[in-house]
Amino acid sequence: MEEDFVLMKGNEALAEAAIRAGADGYFGYPITPQSEVMEYLTAAKPWERTGMVVLQAESEVSAINMLYGGAGAGKRVMTSSSSPGISLMQEGISYIAGAELPVVVANVVRGGPGLGTIQPSQSDYFQATKGGGHGDYHLLVLAPSSVQEMADFMPLAFDLAFKYRNPVMILSDGAIGQMMEKVKFQPQRPRMKEEELPDWATIGKKPERERNIITSLDLDPYRQERFNRKLVEKYRKMKEEEVRYETFQCEDAEYLFVAYGTSSRICQKSVQLAREKGIKAGLFRPITLFPFPEKQVGALAGQVKGMLSVEMSAGQMVEDVRLAVNGKVPVEHYGRMGGVIPTPDEIVEVLIQKFIGG
Amino acid sequence: MTEEIIIAGFGGQGVLSMGKILCYSGVMQGKEVSWMPSYGPEMRGGTANVTVIISDERISSPILNAFDSAIILNQQSMDKFEKTVKPGGILLYDGNGISRHPSRSDINVYRADGAEEAARMETTRTFNMIMLGAFLKIKPIVELDNVIKGLKKSLPERYHHLLPLNEKAIHRGMEIVREVHVVEKV
Amino acid sequence: MAELDIKDIVKEENIVYKKTSVLTDNVMHYCPGCGHSTTHRIIAEVIEEMGIQDKTIGIAPVGCSVFMYDYIDVDTQEAAHGRAPALATAIKRLLPDRYVFTYQGDGDLAAIGTAETIHACNRGENITMIFINNGIYGMTGGQMAPTSLEGMRTSTTPYGRDPGLMGHPIKMTELVAQLPGTYYVTRQAVHTPNLVRKTKKAIRKAFEYQKLNRGVSFVEVVSNCNSGWKMPPVQAVKWLDENMLPFYPLGDIKVPEM
Repeated sequence: MEEDFVLMKGNEALAEAAIRAGADGYFGYPITPQSEVMEYLTAAKPWERTGMVVLQAESEVSAINMLYGGAGAGKRVMTSSSSPGISLMQEGISYIAGAELPVVVANVVRGGPGLGTIQPSQSDYFQATKGGGHGDYHLLVLAPSSVQEMADFMPLAFDLAFKYRNPVMILSDGAIGQMMEKVKFQPQRPRMKEEELPDWATIGKKPERERNIITSLDLDPYRQERFNRKLVEKYRKMKEEEVRYETFQCEDAEYLFVAYGTSSRICQKSVQLAREKGIKAGLFRPITLFPFPEKQVGALAGQVKGMLSVEMSAGQMVEDVRLAVNGKVPVEHYGRMGGVIPTPDEIVEVLIQKFIGG
Repeated sequence: MTEEIIIAGFGGQGVLSMGKILCYSGVMQGKEVSWMPSYGPEMRGGTANVTVIISDERISSPILNAFDSAIILNQQSMDKFEKTVKPGGILLYDGNGISRHPSRSDINVYRADGAEEAARMETTRTFNMIMLGAFLKIKPIVELDNVIKGLKKSLPERYHHLLPLNEKAIHRGMEIVREVHVVEKV
Repeated sequence: MAELDIKDIVKEENIVYKKTSVLTDNVMHYCPGCGHSTTHRIIAEVIEEMGIQDKTIGIAPVGCSVFMYDYIDVDTQEAAHGRAPALATAIKRLLPDRYVFTYQGDGDLAAIGTAETIHACNRGENITMIFINNGIYGMTGGQMAPTSLEGMRTSTTPYGRDPGLMGHPIKMTELVAQLPGTYYVTRQAVHTPNLVRKTKKAIRKAFEYQKLNRGVSFVEVVSNCNSGWKMPPVQAVKWLDENMLPFYPLGDIKVPEM
């Protein structure tokens, strides 16, 4: 029972969960605040346990292209990094989206722009949900808010990546990466056997089939447009089937916090504090940031008097909340930046100030 | 029950590991726990602090600005965290190197001179366990049995021969802790 | 004498040369006289002769040979500019019993992908790297390459490459030969039949060595880019002989100690 739980940092839980998800390869480059991922993996020696490959690349640019190669060979591959490193990977992520490859990228976000800070932030929301690199594409984005979810989202991310042949991002932040909580792991999943690899994988052309080609290039505009439409259709299907969210005391809520990841944890406390003051607050927590739960947020707009999007950013998710609400109720934003984390009572103050007055 | 604790001191005093052992003890007792450290270059020889929450319920915010208890191990941390203790809460500190002692009258203040006591033991690294013992004497949020289990879980096996010494340090801390200023809970 | 029918001539026993089955029937887009087509054919022939078509994965670069996968009939991945060695690293590590090769031009391997090249070679990845060096960016229209010769006119060095301003041509092959992770390093060319035969031997070795697990086999092919050099093929070959080869001398640079 209690013995089944271990106390771990979010970064370490992600790493252990990757091994257990039957990952074939991890390729990464150190950066604070997520270096524990590769440190854990190199100490755990999964190549002895499951045959998983772990390699420290010469740069994030190289790491993401190792993912391209590995995923192109049909393997379950992943990387992790933090904001500046993820920026470096954008070229590769765009190619991966363009070549329709299943990879998992974990971003343990820190504040920016530039080197910014190593403290937690949620300032990469736009980059994660709107594409990030060049061209029309989206990642499927999962936002864990606990160490347990860092572990649980790992196999889910691989499954979704393969279901859609699309890169999946696990978007957390320095707080979740560095925080320790108790975590229970799912049992070891076997790595895919060679005969289980997808039929599009480049693993050597058998005489009975055509050669497989992994590429993102098509110089014919009409064919390229057809491909773009295929991606659009894929994202539409994600919106239909993959929206995930959580609500907290929304049933009778008059005011709604909308927050993901670390901010949602803080807002949960704010709900409690607000209710102690007699304010009927609730929390809506998107778990998938792309696809964003727009229908669900839109539906709540018919019930509440106002929404406050709380983010550790200058106001990014608030744009999606406003699109979902479509003017039905006022939507305000409150954010702290630069690695500053808002406190539960400061958020309640803002709610009162912006919506209730006094 | 929810107990929100800040542990703060110099890097190298065992601040983070004290928090981890306390958390593991909570896990052994079937509680929800969270351990949120300060991290980065500030850890390298500077101040280190960790927020530990132990609760019967799912923990909401792992980051707080007010605490039920503060375990303070140096002057910088005293200056920073004395004011964050909730009225009626607990401040436990090690007197070593403290020039400005806690002055609030609305909190319960305890002192355990753990550094001095650690110097009398086989190794001064027992310091954090002495302070943990002192805290558990004031606030027995986890049972001693579970602390020992937690200790065992968080120490790598090659250090397991040090378990008895650590247990001794916890008991020592329980003995040396003393009241400085006690108020009724507000 | 009875007249010969075409069927009397096209017989198995009369064949002296045929296209390898590992090349597709697609018409190559390369300019007449370009070294890419010849090198593609050599690689395809080696794969056929070794019987490893079902075990080979190629990595195409960005540049003129971006469409290598249209011509060589093996499973192929098309990499971002310069990143082929990173792809190859992962593929080989995840499928260690396969033959993995990269095919890269000078801009790809020696400029934008320098880090990937050096580190794959330094880690001793058990792959084959084919490096086409024609001293120019062919696909984008003849700009200066890292390997453009001193004084060479390109569209971005219209008055000739001045090393004081644009740096020196880089000898990538000599450079990677210094690294402990390379096993076999050689420089070849394909503009004469004799050199084609030598290059084929080198590429065959480079693939064979993957069986040994001893590190990178690196084959540079000094080539001509008639369009980029703005010369007819015959003149380009002459220019290659007179200018490229003195700076990039042919021959083995690092051979395995037997």
